[in-house]
Amino acid sequence: MTETTDAGRQATAALSGAAAPAIELRGISKAFGPVQANKDISIRVMPGTIHGIIGENGAGKSTLMSILYGFYRADAGEILINGRPTIIHDSQAAIRAGIGMVFQHFKLVQNFTVLENVILGAEDGALLRPSLAKARKTLAHLAEEYELDVDPDAVIEELSVGHQQRVEILKALYRHADILILDEPTGVLTPDEADHLFRILRGLKEQGKTIILITHKLREIMEITDSVSVMRRGEMVATVKTAETSPEELAELMVGRKVLMHVPKAPANPGDTVLKLENLRVTDAEGVDRLKGVSLTIRAGEILGIAGVAGNGQSELLEVLGGFGAGKVTGRMEVQGQEVVLAGHGATGQTRRARGIAHVPEDRHHLGLILDFSAWENVAFGYHGAKDYQASGLFMDNAAIIRDTEGKMERFDVRPPNPHLPAQSFSGGNQQKIVLAREIERNPVLLLVGQPTRGVDIGAIEFIHRRIVELRDAGAAVLLVSVELDEIMSLSDRIAVMFDGQIMGERLPAETNERELGLLMAGVAQTKGAAE
Amino acid sequence: MTKLPTWADLVLVPFISLLLAAVISAIVILAIGGDPIEAVTVMVDGAIGSPYGWGYTLYYTTSFIFTGLAVTVAYHAGQFNIGGEGQAQLGGLGVALVCLALPWPHWSLALVAATAGAALFGAAWAAIPAWLQAKRGSHIVITTIMFNYIGAAFIVYMLVEVLRPVGQMDPASARFPEGAKLPNFGQIPGLDLIFSNKVPANVSFFAAVAACFAVWALLWRTKLGYEIRAFGKSESAARYAGISPVKVIMLAMLISGGLAGMMAINNVMGESERLVQNASEGAGFIGIAVALMGRNHPFGVFLAALLFGFLYQGGAEMGLWTTIPIELRLLLQGLVILFTGALDTMVRMMLVPFFRLARGAV
Repeated sequence: MTETTDAGRQATAALSGAAAPAIELRGISKAFGPVQANKDISIRVMPGTIHGIIGENGAGKSTLMSILYGFYRADAGEILINGRPTIIHDSQAAIRAGIGMVFQHFKLVQNFTVLENVILGAEDGALLRPSLAKARKTLAHLAEEYELDVDPDAVIEELSVGHQQRVEILKALYRHADILILDEPTGVLTPDEADHLFRILRGLKEQGKTIILITHKLREIMEITDSVSVMRRGEMVATVKTAETSPEELAELMVGRKVLMHVPKAPANPGDTVLKLENLRVTDAEGVDRLKGVSLTIRAGEILGIAGVAGNGQSELLEVLGGFGAGKVTGRMEVQGQEVVLAGHGATGQTRRARGIAHVPEDRHHLGLILDFSAWENVAFGYHGAKDYQASGLFMDNAAIIRDTEGKMERFDVRPPNPHLPAQSFSGGNQQKIVLAREIERNPVLLLVGQPTRGVDIGAIEFIHRRIVELRDAGAAVLLVSVELDEIMSLSDRIAVMFDGQIMGERLPAETNERELGLLMAGVAQTKGAAE
Repeated sequence: MTKLPTWADLVLVPFISLLLAAVISAIVILAIGGDPIEAVTVMVDGAIGSPYGWGYTLYYTTSFIFTGLAVTVAYHAGQFNIGGEGQAQLGGLGVALVCLALPWPHWSLALVAATAGAALFGAAWAAIPAWLQAKRGSHIVITTIMFNYIGAAFIVYMLVEVLRPVGQMDPASARFPEGAKLPNFGQIPGLDLIFSNKVPANVSFFAAVAACFAVWALLWRTKLGYEIRAFGKSESAARYAGISPVKVIMLAMLISGGLAGMMAINNVMGESERLVQNASEGAGFIGIAVALMGRNHPFGVFLAALLFGFLYQGGAEMGLWTTIPIELRLLLQGLVILFTGALDTMVRMMLVPFFRLARGAV
């Protein structure tokens, strides 16, 4: 609790304007062809504060930061660093101005060590040895100061995502960054890793570093920032002190209308058992047990939420159920009372779909969509053998698929509603709507859905949640896997918690809370009520 | 960053790439003491300046269309088929066996059967590398290259030990029967008004054009083509969708090998009328360049094959009538491949500022 008052005080001090702002942007505008990505944007970020920039996907956050880091030149406006006008024409200039950037997708050489990555591009001379020795010393120092401990000799590809991110931060600090920009830093982190990151950021702040945090997660903004700027459609619509705002207000500013943080839903009215899993075990190619005897049932008209930290077997569960699991699979799967082939011959996405099992996969970029394909080709993806998509024995009926896509785009509010655009040109939310429309509109008896709102903007989250609940109300069984506890709590009729390939326990949303679920997620044995 | 308009992408970029290749070729020709102007004149004149030249250019084009399409189909499945050369040679064996099997009553019957034989043998030669890739993960680039050598050796064995008529000295099959003789452009009613009886271009050119349409329809209009393209773009997503990797790799490679093999109806059946050693003369490798330049689209392959046909025939004429050695033809082709294939992005980047300016002015 002391932290929030502390943060509030700092924010107040910062906004009072005693010192020159660490970063000041004045009237920044940037257009890509007809698209105005940034429109007359001005912000001031005081030194020693954490400033959040929040906005939906496509609001112009990344463009703005790319201008600040020298990837793009602004069409108009100026940048002041510590009160001095600065021209940043490339990333080298940004680094010289003391700006460090941690990208959403890390820029690390996978088979280099931490040390080698840190000095890459910042070597002191032709010989590496002195640079490496210097970096080793600096890293030890930084590790102590900011909890940024990473083994300097570890090879990047062997590090967890959280540690890789620390290497990115170390890279920036090694280059003497005073201003650190982090783009959606928690998107890939577990809750624990995210907490650790926030401790690091607070430590950096106390040392007088300035931090800009780009995110679309309101909770993070509320937790860690001192002040926050909201972007919408290329414009900066508000800058407020975090202590003086609320998630509801920020959401409304982001979307431009009132947003329901929790989709209203009637109590479940479960029918017959649709999915029955008995003692499902998966051993991967390296011989590691990924699922260690998972048993569960889902009835018609019911949403079972699987909570858990990413990497505890949820992905393997979805893949096996979706018909494309890898490794050795044993156990029994029944859908509507009939056994389904779990793995091997006869277990494919096609046979699952034929049984009425639809799947919105966790990773829409690598599984759910083909990014180079047009929207209509993606609408046919997985259903390309469907009767209504065939013209005659030989050819596909492309015109019919395009017509169907137009309808789906309208019903699911996909923007822009152009079936011929490649999938990669849609925002995350609209891509997910395309996948969802494809899977839901076939009226499945069982919907498998993984991370339905990952990388999706707030306006679309509400829409997607609504559709999932509607499908439940229409009598489908839904298996929801999500690492977002909020999402699990608000959508599920029952919650199962997974840890280390096992179901740790089942709870009803009304009878549990985040603390109890958190303990189960951490593998603390099921002692019902003990959390309270 | 900035995207070029479609017309610039499809027309302007290749055009400038070709221009650059031509300029550098001209510099090289100057450096070795030749006259670039003369070279260009001889090339253009020899390749497209007369019906006789066209007769050769289109003959080469026919072969390159088949091998280019072969690379294209495999490419869309994410497979790099370098084995067109070996598949084309095996296709030649298929053609020879079919043509020598019967005293064919009419060329049209022989053509249908020979095409099937060529496709079958070419596909069979692609099947083993495809199977190794699909089932064992052996890299198809390596295996198809090796199969080129195995194929060449196998053909030599077949010619020397099996197909060579008794008493003949050179390693070649017997001449095909009269009924298996394909009409060349000088023997096709209508075309005979333009072309003489001497040109090697023959009816298989029309089979090549038909193959372009067939490949286009396969890739963009059928379920199999959809699966091939989906698998080629993303293996993981294809698995999610229930597309069988083994099926896609096998079918795409069989079709690819079949197309490469079908080239033999042009050179073996249409021109030499018997099977000789190394009948494909590198056309299998040129197919890679043709597919690359044609952006792996059948229409692009057609245009690129035409260009390479021109370079091939023009280059030969240049070697014949000027002091410039015929080997320069290889340099020319190499530069065209370098600029249209590998340095394509460079040309595009050079163009971007102009289009940005033009857009700003509007």
